[in-house]
Order: sequence, then C-alpha cells, then structure tokens
Amino acid sequence: MAELTYRTAVARAIAQEMTRDPSVVFLGEDIGDAGGVFKATEGLFAQFGPDRVRDTPISEQAILGAAMGAAMTGLRPIAEVMFSDFFAVCWDMVANQIAKSRYMADGQVTFPLVIRSGNGGTLRFGAQHSQSVENWAMAVPGLKVVAPSNPVDVIGLFAAAVRDPDPVLFFEHKGLYASKADVPDGEIVDSLGTAKVLREGDDCTILALAAMVPRAVAAAARLSDQGIEATVVDIRSLVPLDTETILRETGRTGRIFTVEENPRLLGWGAELVSIIAEEGFWTLDGPIVRITSPHVPLPSADSLEDLAIPSVDRIVTTIHKAMNS
Amino acid sequence: MSPPGMDPELLYRPQGTVDRDTALELYRQLVRMRRLEKRAYDLFMQNLVKGTSHLSLGMEAVAAGFGVAMRPEDYTFATYRGHAHTLARGTSMTKIMGELLGRDNGLMRGKGGSMHLTDVENGVMGSYAIVGAHLAIALGAGWSAQYKKEPRVAVAFFGDGATNIGTFHEALNFAVIWKLPVVFVCENNQYMEYTAIGAVTAVPRPAADRAAAYGLERIVIDGNDADAVYLTALEFLGRARDGGGPALIEAHTYRTGGHSRADPGKYKPETEVKEWADYDPIDVYRRRLRADGVDEKDLDAIDDEVQREVDEATEAAKAAPPPDPAVLMTNVWADGGSAWRN
Repeated sequence: MAELTYRTAVARAIAQEMTRDPSVVFLGEDIGDAGGVFKATEGLFAQFGPDRVRDTPISEQAILGAAMGAAMTGLRPIAEVMFSDFFAVCWDMVANQIAKSRYMADGQVTFPLVIRSGNGGTLRFGAQHSQSVENWAMAVPGLKVVAPSNPVDVIGLFAAAVRDPDPVLFFEHKGLYASKADVPDGEIVDSLGTAKVLREGDDCTILALAAMVPRAVAAAARLSDQGIEATVVDIRSLVPLDTETILRETGRTGRIFTVEENPRLLGWGAELVSIIAEEGFWTLDGPIVRITSPHVPLPSADSLEDLAIPSVDRIVTTIHKAMNS
Repeated sequence: MSPPGMDPELLYRPQGTVDRDTALELYRQLVRMRRLEKRAYDLFMQNLVKGTSHLSLGMEAVAAGFGVAMRPEDYTFATYRGHAHTLARGTSMTKIMGELLGRDNGLMRGKGGSMHLTDVENGVMGSYAIVGAHLAIALGAGWSAQYKKEPRVAVAFFGDGATNIGTFHEALNFAVIWKLPVVFVCENNQYMEYTAIGAVTAVPRPAADRAAAYGLERIVIDGNDADAVYLTALEFLGRARDGGGPALIEAHTYRTGGHSRADPGKYKPETEVKEWADYDPIDVYRRRLRADGVDEKDLDAIDDEVQREVDEATEAAKAAPPPDPAVLMTNVWADGGSAWRN
C-alpha cells in the first residue's frame, strides 16, 4: 500500500500495461522526456524508450489517425489528447473513423486503443481548456467512455481499457490530478461498465462522475448531519453503462439527484434520468433533480468558475430543499 | 504521346522495364476496373444501386499499376472512389458488386456501401469518405510495420482535392519525422469535386509542389501510363520497405466522368474532354501491347474473360437476398454485438 496522487496513478497504470504487453505503445505531445504537461507520464520515456513512448508534433488528427491505423494492424496504442477540448480538432478521427469503421466493415477490423485526455474544470483555464466533454463521446455509437474519480480506479479502469478490444476514451479529470489515496501494491485490474456504490443511505441517491464524486461524498456527509441519508453512486463508466446498479440504487430510495460538471443540455445525466423515468418510474417518490453547470461556456475567473461548477454547498442546498418541499 | 496539360520534360521517369506477363496482368486489371465500373454505372441508372457512387473511369492506370506492384502483405488505404483500388488487391468482384447493390453477399453485408469497401484479408484496410482522413490512418499501419520490423508498406491513395485539407499536411510531416513506410499517392484528376483544382490551389501541382515543404522529392508521373505507374510504385514501395521512409507521388490523370453519380460533369471544357479521351489509359496500353507484338486475339480473349466475370458478379449480386435484418445490430464491438448497457 502506498499513497499516490491521481497523476502518479496515471503513470503507474500506463507502466503496468506496457510492462505486461509489448504491443502496447504510447504517443502524444510532450509525453516523452518532458513527462507530459500535467506530469502524468513522468518516467515512462526513461523506462520504455523512444520506440514505445513517442513524442508527436501538434497534430491531433495525425496522432489519432496513427493510433487507429496501428490498432487495426496489431498494436494496442495509447494516444494522449492533451486537453479534451482538443477533441474538437480531431473529432473526425474519433466519431467518423475510429467509432464506425468496425461496423462498416462488418467486423473485419478491431480497434483496441485507448485515448486518454485531460478533462474538466476547476483550474481556471477558461472556456477552451476546461470543458467536460464525456457526453460528446457518449453520443457516438462505437466508443466506450470511462471517467475515474480516484487513483485506485485510474489504475484499474485504465488497465481494463487497455485490455479491452474496443476503442475507449479515458477521461482523466485535471482537477483531480493532485488528489491522493492509498493504492494497493501489485497489479490492479478493474472492469468497464461497473458503477460503484460509495455510500449507502435510504433517503435519496446521488449519481456522480469524476470530480463530482468527491463533492457528492462530501455533500452526503453534510446532509447526514441534517438528517438526510444519501446513497452515492460513482458511475465510472458511461459506455458500457451499469444500468443494473443505477436502477437498483435509485429504486431503493425513490429520490434521485445527478451531479454533472457538464453544461445543462444533454449532459450524461439526461440519459440516465430518461432510463430511470422509463424503467423505474413506479419506484420514484418525487421529481428527479439534475445538478449541473449552467448552459454557458466556462469562465476563467475563480469566483465565476466556482459559481458555474456544482459545489458541495450547491449540492447540499439543492438536495435539502428538494427533500423538504 | 504524352498526357494533356503536362510538359513531358517534368515527368518522373522510373527505371526498369515491364515483362510480358506483368504487362498482360496490368492490361487485365485495367479492363476489370473499367468494365466493373461501367456495369456499376448501368446498375445505378436502373436504380439497383442506391445512394451515391464515385467512379475511377479514366484513372484506372494508377490503381492497376500500384495494385500489381504491391505485395500481399502491403496495406491499401483508399478513398470513397475506391472500387478500382479494392479490385486491384484481389477482392472478389462478386463481393464488390454485392456490396454496391446492398445485398447479403456483399463484402461487408451492406453495412459499408460503395464509399467504404474494406477487405482486410486482401490488404484493403478501408475506403475512407471524409476527405484526407486515411492519410493519417495509414501512418499507423506504417508505424505498426516499423515497430514490428515487418517488411510491409502502407499506400494511401487520395485525390487532388485532399491536398488542401489539414490531414494531408499533418500526415506528410508526421510520416517524414517518424520515417514511416508509407507511400502517398495523389491521383490528380484535375477536379476537386465540381471545381478545377487549379482554381482553388496556391501552386500548379497540388501534391508535388508541396513535397519540398516536407523534405520530400517532387515526383509527378503520367497517371495514364500503367507501366510508368507500376515501375514508380516498385521503386518507392521498395525504398519504403527497406527503411527509406515515405514518398509522395502525384499521378497526372483525368476523371472521365463527373464527381459522383449526381454530376454529369458539364463544367469540363469540351476540348479538354476530347484531348483526354484520346489519351485513355486502356487504349494507350492496348496500343503499346500491340506494338510490342501481343496478338490482338490474346487481348480480346482477356476482354471476354473479364466480361464473363462482370456478368457473373452482376447476376450473383442480383440473385442475392438483402442482408439478414440481424446484421443491423452486430459488430459494433469486438464481441460481435452492440450492447451499451447491462
């Protein structure tokens, strides 16, 4: 057992998989000797060398194209897209090429690749370096979508993503890189498509993802002081989606809240809520409430960004009000 | 004879000669491509092929020359105008026809269609319909060969229009700095969809004039001369295979028809159409073979064999049922299914 940051867990996860399988290769901007702009890939270049850890130019289309072509010819590439906002400049590769080519070819090719990317806000980077775009990926058939909330899940879910035979978008939350947890020694492998119940309470269920998970857990502790016992579910994987756990844990309490960093319209919570409304309607005891960022681009100033992204205060206040109305 | 609109002095002249067997194989491939696509056009007119299609009529020598020069282990990355390039690698004509008609016997059981022909068993790693994307994807196939130390080359075919999109520039720079075994083949058919390429490009030769920006040689070949294409392909495939890195080749050719099924190509000047009609790659090659002493009867026999192949492929496709409805939900994922939840 050792205390690791989320950022160190990323490097350990990549090293774990590259050590295990020589067909795993890694490419991206500044990932090599520089160790990544978030220092999440430090040490990998020294350990695995320039043939397996390859720096690229600022050419996101070429990075993802190369990853795709390598995956379809027998390698298992890991590609880094530095900020998830940059998916907008290479979305053709993600949404048209990587996601669809297996289906169009009726299964003649597979794409065992992972695209990892720094996602989310709270670092005051402004509207083009802070977005939560996991719902963009969720909307495209053919992509698996994962967003871990803690260092242990970073390693376990990353290992599962690399070993998965399909393309996985792995959203690392930039605001969590400095967060810490005790991580067991040795190999860690988890499964995609599994949500995790972090706290059990009988009054309501909070569904959260990535950086909203620690905030939901903190909010639940404060709600407990106010006499409201909340269940907290870490969704972890949007595709595949663990609807079994979601329907069970929401059905058990009958009051449901989502906590989403994304702007309001069509955030992942909208899909979850629609599934619950369709399949769990008779278990509901009151309106479902989505706690999201407002439908605006994220501002840069700390005071404004803090207003936009759901805070522990906002989660507590919203749930308290809904449960007492 | 030299191609219209081209100073013959500026053409790259590959070394070597083409032996008789190879020449006859090139001729056969040219005729197969031409007759398959003419039939495909007829079937469109009968509304048996739906959607759209983009034909290589008049440009066959590029796909034929490369197809014959490539080894079975090499990778083809084609465009939405990719029937000829797929056929050239040994893909069954019946399966291509089945795919064009959207039948169960199609190459991809109707899930790809005309613009996405893929036949991995024969090295056709896909036909890509978002202009330029596959130039970047071919990098990865080259990377994989380089990493595994396998003597394979990836060839990306693309049109003149693709030279003005970002992936062209990203891919060339990337291929050079990583020294990847990728050969980029620009089929300059003079038109970017409905617009003359010269009207929208800063330099006269859309690919070759950009080569210097990436430290590559300026190579323009006669794209209607199957021998010139074949010999150039051999040279640069060989160099890439031996670790010499990428090449960019511009083949000067002409799209006889319109951009797609919907386009009659009326914007093309009559004199230009006439000049190129007199320089048709199949006529040129047939005349050359005759001059080299090949018997007319032997060439006619090839034509007849190909016609039978086209007729049989057409009948097999017409007779095939539509795809099993179950295939709608298969092969999104590697497990064969499409489930996104438990």
